[in-house]
Amino acid sequence: MSALLARIVAHRLFWPVVMLVVLLVINLVAFPGFFTISVRDGHLFGSLIDILRNGAPTLIIAVGMTLVIATRGIDLSVGAVAAISGAVACSIILGSPEPGSLATVAVAVTVALVISLVLGVWNGFLVAVIGIQPIIATLILMTAGRGVAMLITEGQILTVNSPPFKFLGSGFWFGVPIAVIIAAVVFGVAALVTRRTALGMFIESVGINPEASRQSGVRARGLLVVVYTFCAFCAAIAGLILTANTAAADANNTGLFIELDAILAVVIGGTSLAGGRYSLLGTLVGALVIQTLVTTVYTVGIPPIATMVFKAAVVTVVCLLQSPTTAEAFSGFRRRLAIRAGKGAAAS
Amino acid sequence: MTKLIDAPARPGRPAGPGRGGPAGGTGPGGGGTRRNVGSGIRNLMTSPKYGPVMVTAVLFVAVFVIGGVRYRGFFSGQVFLNLLVDNSYLIVLAVGMTFVILTGGIDLSVGAVVALSGMIAASLLQTGWSPGAVIPLILVLTSVLGLLVGLMIHVFKVQPFIATLAAMFLARGLCYVISQSSIAITDPTFVQLAVARIPLGGGLSITASVIIALVVVALAVWVLHATRFGRTVYAIGGGETSGLLMGLPVARTKVLVYVISGFCSGLAGVLFTFYTLSGYPLTAIGTELDAIAAVVIGGTLLTGGYGFVLGSVLGVLVLGVIQTIITFEGTLSSWWTRIFIGVLLLVFIILQKVLTARRR
Amino acid sequence: MNQAPPAPVVEMRDISISFPGVKALDGVDFRMFPGEVHSLMGENGAGKSTLIKALTGVYGIDAGTITLAGDRVSFSGPAQAQAAGISTVYQEVNLLPNLSVAENIMLGREPRRLGSIGWRAMRRRAAELLAGLNLDIDPGSLLGDHSLAVQQLVAIARAIDVQAKVLILDEPTSSLDADEVAELFRVIRSLKEQGVAILFVSHFLDQVYEICDRLTVLRNGKLVGEYLVDELLRIDLVQKMIGKELTTLDDLEQRARSVVVDDSDAAVFVNAAGLGRRGAINPADLPIAAGEVVGLAGLLGSGRTEFARLLGGIDRADAGELTIGGRPTKLRTPRQAIAHRIAFSSENRRDEGIVGDLTVRDNIVLALQADRGWFRPIPKKRQDELAQSYIQALNIRPGNPDALVRNLSGGNQQKVLLARWLAIAPRLLILDEPTRGIDIGAKAEIQKLVFNLAENGMSVLFISAELEEVLRLSHRIVVLRDRHVVADLENDGLTVDSLLALIADGSVESDEPVRDVAAAASVTAASVTGHTEDPTADHPAPTTADHTEGGRR
Repeated sequence: MSALLARIVAHRLFWPVVMLVVLLVINLVAFPGFFTISVRDGHLFGSLIDILRNGAPTLIIAVGMTLVIATRGIDLSVGAVAAISGAVACSIILGSPEPGSLATVAVAVTVALVISLVLGVWNGFLVAVIGIQPIIATLILMTAGRGVAMLITEGQILTVNSPPFKFLGSGFWFGVPIAVIIAAVVFGVAALVTRRTALGMFIESVGINPEASRQSGVRARGLLVVVYTFCAFCAAIAGLILTANTAAADANNTGLFIELDAILAVVIGGTSLAGGRYSLLGTLVGALVIQTLVTTVYTVGIPPIATMVFKAAVVTVVCLLQSPTTAEAFSGFRRRLAIRAGKGAAAS
Repeated sequence: MTKLIDAPARPGRPAGPGRGGPAGGTGPGGGGTRRNVGSGIRNLMTSPKYGPVMVTAVLFVAVFVIGGVRYRGFFSGQVFLNLLVDNSYLIVLAVGMTFVILTGGIDLSVGAVVALSGMIAASLLQTGWSPGAVIPLILVLTSVLGLLVGLMIHVFKVQPFIATLAAMFLARGLCYVISQSSIAITDPTFVQLAVARIPLGGGLSITASVIIALVVVALAVWVLHATRFGRTVYAIGGGETSGLLMGLPVARTKVLVYVISGFCSGLAGVLFTFYTLSGYPLTAIGTELDAIAAVVIGGTLLTGGYGFVLGSVLGVLVLGVIQTIITFEGTLSSWWTRIFIGVLLLVFIILQKVLTARRR
Repeated sequence: MNQAPPAPVVEMRDISISFPGVKALDGVDFRMFPGEVHSLMGENGAGKSTLIKALTGVYGIDAGTITLAGDRVSFSGPAQAQAAGISTVYQEVNLLPNLSVAENIMLGREPRRLGSIGWRAMRRRAAELLAGLNLDIDPGSLLGDHSLAVQQLVAIARAIDVQAKVLILDEPTSSLDADEVAELFRVIRSLKEQGVAILFVSHFLDQVYEICDRLTVLRNGKLVGEYLVDELLRIDLVQKMIGKELTTLDDLEQRARSVVVDDSDAAVFVNAAGLGRRGAINPADLPIAAGEVVGLAGLLGSGRTEFARLLGGIDRADAGELTIGGRPTKLRTPRQAIAHRIAFSSENRRDEGIVGDLTVRDNIVLALQADRGWFRPIPKKRQDELAQSYIQALNIRPGNPDALVRNLSGGNQQKVLLARWLAIAPRLLILDEPTRGIDIGAKAEIQKLVFNLAENGMSVLFISAELEEVLRLSHRIVVLRDRHVVADLENDGLTVDSLLALIADGSVESDEPVRDVAAAASVTAASVTGHTEDPTADHPAPTTADHTEGGRR
């Protein structure tokens, strides 16, 4: 019994899940109808659905970020890429004679996604081929990217009136929000592709021991380019959802700080910033924790705008828990406990 | 070795490319004679220490000249002084960031701290506090925030970018907690401090902010180049373990650079508030990127160890002059600034990469 | 140095240091005399680095006493040791390339005025110290702009500025050329005359014999003895360093020698002709026939690892030609080598071998999977079969394919690596010190395996510091010294002694490797030098502990 408990506690997802449960309970106490899900006009409604829907963009980016972080990297440019993809899509839709047609939207979305692939290859090139540290390489696109987005929108907030496009952000399919479905697909594809092909193993292997991987014949360069490209692709999808949700491309504010939320989700999910073993499931939990935190702040009645203070607290706590110093202190404490227990047993 | 040891016997061979470089480096110049000016200049441009900052200086002059040729009224003393007036807060930020980056760290919280300082100033002044109390309080608070970040990084081995990220969240969140809308500053003393122009003769003038920024720069130059603390900052960037083995106070220094960055962010926030005369929680978003860009363009290696405060000032001026040109151009929109900054960042990072790789 | 020296300045008695699972030093005595150059000799894992770190206060000692100039001392850190007069210059120069020469010499005790560093005084003092070392460089120049040799001398200048009684030079010559070494020796001699006790650690026998007065030999954490250099023959020294370990595998030896290998050109699988790389290994020839076991013998730093790395595609050769299966080939990456079915198993298990946080199964299939590419994953079932079969064949413990490799003992990690390489069905398997730091049972298993593989037609290039092992397994033995191949011999009538002679004194006078035993053994030394490749290899890592139950017999 206690062995089972110990195994559960030792599981890497234990603390993230506990965090999530605690947040949900707080919500339930503050707002007893929190778990109610109702069906209105054939659509699912309720706080939990809102959490899923609003958390979708963060989750999508966090999935890409997880793989990047597993290779010992980081991608700071995802917010800017999201802004660019939203701007591209909206400007194409606005420029088209039939903004409401499905074909226009399809073209707009495709072009936006293709551009994100180019941007991702660019990041991957800087990291893998030129050999610039990931944080710095992606800082370049983070800085310039919003400028590019502004350039595309010509400094305006582009409001589009295109039902098919808006559907991406706020539509429903079989009662489920489209954003949630897209997030589920991205998550599923990422999980399937990395685990069903050898990609996942190579990503971890390169993140854990790059030199041993090289000597075993793993091609790290191509791998890094693919991973950064995938991350940018995820960012673009998230950008499209965010833009479609408001039906407006705002180069300044689309995806602002979302890179930080995504990194936070990955870290909460138990993937170490030092690279190596990753957990997409952990990232899912992490993204839900963040979104639930935001919702909790709303329900409890704290000014929603103060969410960032709570996020700061969460980052700090998670980092301190992961810190080697803390681990040392803990193991020292445990050893002392064990010694004391051993003495006690010997005495009795 | 023998080749170098024999150097005096072979005239014309400089003992090291460091000779004859700008005196700001490791104190007064090496005292070597310039036997070969051509190769000396080449060595200077390809040295990881002086190369990037030289390129920046050339770039600044070139851009300024281009502006002067293209636009009427660009080539005036006041345009140059306005660069300082408009960017004094960024200069102070860049100084703090230089300390951090020299140790190989990074501080992403500076923009949010600038906003927070502005919010604190505006809200406290609104309730009738005197500027004489508010400004020191801000500086203490932001220094303490820097101290916490430094401890997190040093004691808990949290990566600098994550630790400062947390600080950024905290500062930005506190801004919103103070107020969600803009607070105007009407305190007469504060306004007086902010708008007063100090005439320099010939119709030229500067503001108090410029003087404060220049004092900060001068202090930073002295600290970095003439104190043990300053040299330890460089030592950490050059190799932390080596610094430890040499008996330098690595731990204290590593924490202190974040305190300095926090202090500078607070001061920059005050100067920024002089400039805007209001506090607004959404202000200065992305300013950390400008500061980092200024430092990098100013020739400081992002991996630490090489760089000058004066280079960072030059970096700020380059950013400023690009902004000015865009203003003068009129048809170019302001977002081009960000793109230019991004391109410059890229160029300088690759330049750094090439220069350091060549040395290895 | 024949008259009795004065009282020792350093005296370490009965020093023992343990790391988890391994006794790094076991009751070692060590002393140093003023005005003498002392050398500490030993192969990998002998305990040299540990002893130095004990002396310089990096490690605490578990037992024993340290006496410095007559006083019992106990240092809690390098700073204390330095303050007491023990200065150390490390192999990788631990200075700051981004600061000036003067700062590198003076920082930490720089002259100050009113909080400011007194640049002028600092530069003057640095210039004096440099002049004392006959080094004419500008103290204001950047350290990073100077050659490694100059940096090394700057480090010495820093060390002697603290009025050192004892100066420890850890592998100071590994990256210097002959002229630079001469310059360093001039400095060492002048310090010696000033009465400084100098500890000179080097793998270059020639240099040890040129500069040192006294030497202490360690092996496996134990003291072998202290000798006056003049009274110890090189061959005896090498023998004392390498030692002899008798195992019960003599039957293998007999069988290995009885195998007839087809020497005709058609059977040659890999042929290196003049293959070399600057600063690592001088151009050398090496043909390897199919089914042949070639042993590389030589001291640490002789170029044995460097040569093998070229064949494995780990480093790129910058000279010579490589022919694989009769076709001229260039190996630029390990990946290409693997495509040619050449596997290289590194001696540095932890940093270049295992992927610690992955499972045993993932580690075993890694190279095979990398060769197949991303999108042709090995089916889960096949992975399990592979893992299970190697776990059984190599007796890997624990036999759980889902265990993380970092939790395995050293010997079992080595077996997992072997399994990784065997899984790609190599035609040439390069094993660099596969038996180092693992217990005798696992060692025997690995040796048997090598033998069986060769019998089945696989070529093996086998590197080991243990000559018995090389002799036992190899059909042919190639001896390296001074980054040259000095002999290439059929393993026929060779003995440990004849190999020792070649390693200690083999000649490099002629460019042609010696092909004949008698000739090789009779050649006398012209110059003996070597090179070390691994600064950290010397101290035992915790992973060297092996607790394989199943491996013992």
